[in-house]
Amino acid sequence: MSDNIDFPKALTGTGSWLDDRFHGARGLRVFLRKVFPDHWSFLLGEIALWSFVILLLTGTFLSFFFVPSTAEVVYHGSYVKLDGLRMSEAYASTLNISFDVRAGLLMRQIHHWAADLFMAALTIHMLRVFFTGAYRKPREVNWLIGIALFSLGLVEGLFGYSLPDDQLSGAGLRIFEGVLQGIPIVGTYLAFFLFGGPFPGNYIVPRMYIIHVLLIPGLILALITAHLFIMVHQKHTQMPALGNTEKNVVGQPFFPYFMAKGGAWFFFIFGACAVLATFATINPIWLYGPYTPVAISSASQPDWYMGILEGSLRIMPAWEINFLGHTLSLSVLIPFIVPLTVVLGGAAFWPFFERWATGDKSWHNINDRPRNAPIRTATGIAAVTFYGVLWAEGANDVIADKLQIPLYTITWIARVMVFVGPVVAFIVTRRICLGLQRKDKNLLEHGLETGIIRQLPQGEFIEVHRPLDEEELALLEAKKVPALLPGPGSADENGLPAPQGRGVMGRARVIANRGFAETIVVEADGHGNGHGPAEEHAVGAGPAGAEEQAEIGPGELPESSIPHTDPLLWHPHQEPPDES
Amino acid sequence: MSDIEEVEGPGGPVPPPRVIGTPPPTPRLLGSGDGAEDVAAGHGTEVEPAEERMPDVSDFPSHANNAEKIVAACFLIAFIAGCGFIAAYIGLEVGSVDAAFRSNLALGLALSVALLGLGFGALIWVRQLMPDVEVVEQRHEMRSSDADRAAFAEYFAEGTGASQFVKRPMIRRTLMLATLPLVAIPIVVLRDLGPLPGTSLRHTVWSPGRRLLVYGTNTPVTPAQFSAPGGMITIVPDGYQDDPDQLTKAAVILIKFRPGELNIPTRTNGSTVIGTMNWTVDNIVAYSKICTHVGCPVALYEQTTHHILCPCHQSTFDAATGATVIFGPAPRPLPQLPMTVDAQGYLVAKSDFTQPVGPSFWERG
Repeated sequence: MSDNIDFPKALTGTGSWLDDRFHGARGLRVFLRKVFPDHWSFLLGEIALWSFVILLLTGTFLSFFFVPSTAEVVYHGSYVKLDGLRMSEAYASTLNISFDVRAGLLMRQIHHWAADLFMAALTIHMLRVFFTGAYRKPREVNWLIGIALFSLGLVEGLFGYSLPDDQLSGAGLRIFEGVLQGIPIVGTYLAFFLFGGPFPGNYIVPRMYIIHVLLIPGLILALITAHLFIMVHQKHTQMPALGNTEKNVVGQPFFPYFMAKGGAWFFFIFGACAVLATFATINPIWLYGPYTPVAISSASQPDWYMGILEGSLRIMPAWEINFLGHTLSLSVLIPFIVPLTVVLGGAAFWPFFERWATGDKSWHNINDRPRNAPIRTATGIAAVTFYGVLWAEGANDVIADKLQIPLYTITWIARVMVFVGPVVAFIVTRRICLGLQRKDKNLLEHGLETGIIRQLPQGEFIEVHRPLDEEELALLEAKKVPALLPGPGSADENGLPAPQGRGVMGRARVIANRGFAETIVVEADGHGNGHGPAEEHAVGAGPAGAEEQAEIGPGELPESSIPHTDPLLWHPHQEPPDES
Repeated sequence: MSDIEEVEGPGGPVPPPRVIGTPPPTPRLLGSGDGAEDVAAGHGTEVEPAEERMPDVSDFPSHANNAEKIVAACFLIAFIAGCGFIAAYIGLEVGSVDAAFRSNLALGLALSVALLGLGFGALIWVRQLMPDVEVVEQRHEMRSSDADRAAFAEYFAEGTGASQFVKRPMIRRTLMLATLPLVAIPIVVLRDLGPLPGTSLRHTVWSPGRRLLVYGTNTPVTPAQFSAPGGMITIVPDGYQDDPDQLTKAAVILIKFRPGELNIPTRTNGSTVIGTMNWTVDNIVAYSKICTHVGCPVALYEQTTHHILCPCHQSTFDAATGATVIFGPAPRPLPQLPMTVDAQGYLVAKSDFTQPVGPSFWERG
């Protein structure tokens, strides 16, 4: 019984006029009721989206006043401490924006905060997607687009904060040029072509400017558009919950719910950037002074997302080799290439690796709980640790200063931690995941401890367990485990050796598969009764029915008996997937 | 659309009175069960809106009016703050550091309140006033039907056949040949982005007799003037003191030692001397200020240990022994500038650096 709202003729008339020409009602009708699942972690990507919108708005304003030129001027503006100094027009116009243009300082600071927020939101959004397995089929392409967006954001940010031509960013640019020179064969030429000659030259600021305001934003905008279209087309993933299946999507319609929430979220993000810009000064370029290649300040740090590269440079020993009469500067090349390749390249490679290792070709619309995919979660935490050590090392001088630890000690700790940390993180995370799975198993088998102690007639005390309700059950039973692939030496139904386990790749695949298939098995139908001591079943058991698995210890897996056409273990309480 | 179910509605069962503070009931609307009509109509679509409806405010009468007032108050505050922004823009001048910060505070506060007011208003609106519905939509496989795939393959094969692309290799190959230069041209035209490096990274503007000027004051310096041991000053070459392109390579640090503390063993690279006590004057030594790692100026000098530290990546050099690397990623010592005094007693370069300064590059050898 909707209110009978009389829409004004202007609105209905316009709508009708448009529909006569574009046939829009048919598609929009559907879009208005488009369902968006609700979960706090689904807002992370939206933060990045709205930050980008804020960047476009404030960046446009800044471009009206910024002069992308390194032509030398003598400054006579409002910042009297620099009065009479020779500086580039870029730096002078940035001072001008900060002190002589109304709202200029606010826009500059919102722009900078929004840029840092954009990269932070991208990072956390990607971690959410990784840890919940939301990159799996059919969403691999959107995952790759996300990685491309992150990479573009790095360059966009670097070029953005280098534009004002202040002392700090100039030093950063000098490091960038030095790193470019370290690239084998083409490095020197790349540096000379980018800078239009020797560093710093007069070309780099205008070139960075057009890349920063047109080229990369255009690419980012195009990729975000593709990202969102694919998301809408494929429909968003959802968290495991009662009523959520692989074949439906449960949530609230776009109009008015998602629209209002998204709008509110935009205002919150913009408001948060405005609050930060009001009270927390960021990049006070007037304190740094104009760039000169002769001077430097201590504790020079780039923006946070460049920290991993900075830390990688700091952590490296002085390795350099002479390669056939040429200088191969490993102490520059390795930090420049290896960490980002490991993290971003590894992320891009992972969905395909997982698919290869699990043999899982089905589509996934229900996100995994991180504990239910121990290898993935452990790998992710290992990558976060690797990144984190390098990132923290990027501020080793600040850490040394604040904590009063010798600088070289910190670097040595980081040199060890960058290798040891990820391994430890992997092992610990895997154990934690399996421990949480055991907890889930206990919940399923015995129900929830109520904390109520009851005395039985014969004097025995027991704690009352209550069965899980259907919502709790739905969450726990959404767990899925990859199947075991046939192992080496196993035979297929005709008695011939299974081809999958042969060769180096085959053996590697079987090893990887054993990792992914590791799980804590729940006894079928054993949940919620609160009776019987739980048998700890073998870690490493796989699918093909819990009853069979219960008798099998580790190391004696009946690989050949497993039909690998069924890629997933589906708990007996669920309907098996009938994919066509 | 037989599977629509409305949990609560005006014509249906009356919901039980709700305890204050509990979330409103969640009616669940089911979308079309199979979506078959949509697929048939050529849309991979979702719900049939015409045949269902969402509950509205009147289904949930409680506390709606209060929420309305709160939302309106938020929007009103946002309006006032927005007007405040305009007022502050007009009223507050900038043009000095204090004024700019005052303006920033007023404008920023007003903008923050305006935006957050809108945000909170919209959030309370959607959470408190709009009924909390949940809609179930069916997903459809991304994979096209076999019929569609077959039809696509057929059309594509027909089109390819009609174009005779496969049948006539001469056209195919010349077409590919023709596009090759067009692909190369965007790369070729980038050639004039910059000059070729040549040997420019191997040389600086230091030449025999060129005076060392103190950075900042641009005055020449005599050994007597720079007599306090332990000091470090930055030096720029006479004639290029304001040329950033040259200073990037030619900046030098000058360090004065107590007698006996400076001990630079003579080092050679092939037949070229690259470090020796002969290039020092009166326990004063000149090193390139450009870090051999990635080119930051090495700026921190610790007198007691004679360590030169690059603040960027903490490469550390021992100034007393020829700026040898004792920690960090720099691969080689800071090059030493051959130095002597001229007829007037001023410090001058004896020659250019005898090796390239600054970061490594492929052709350095």
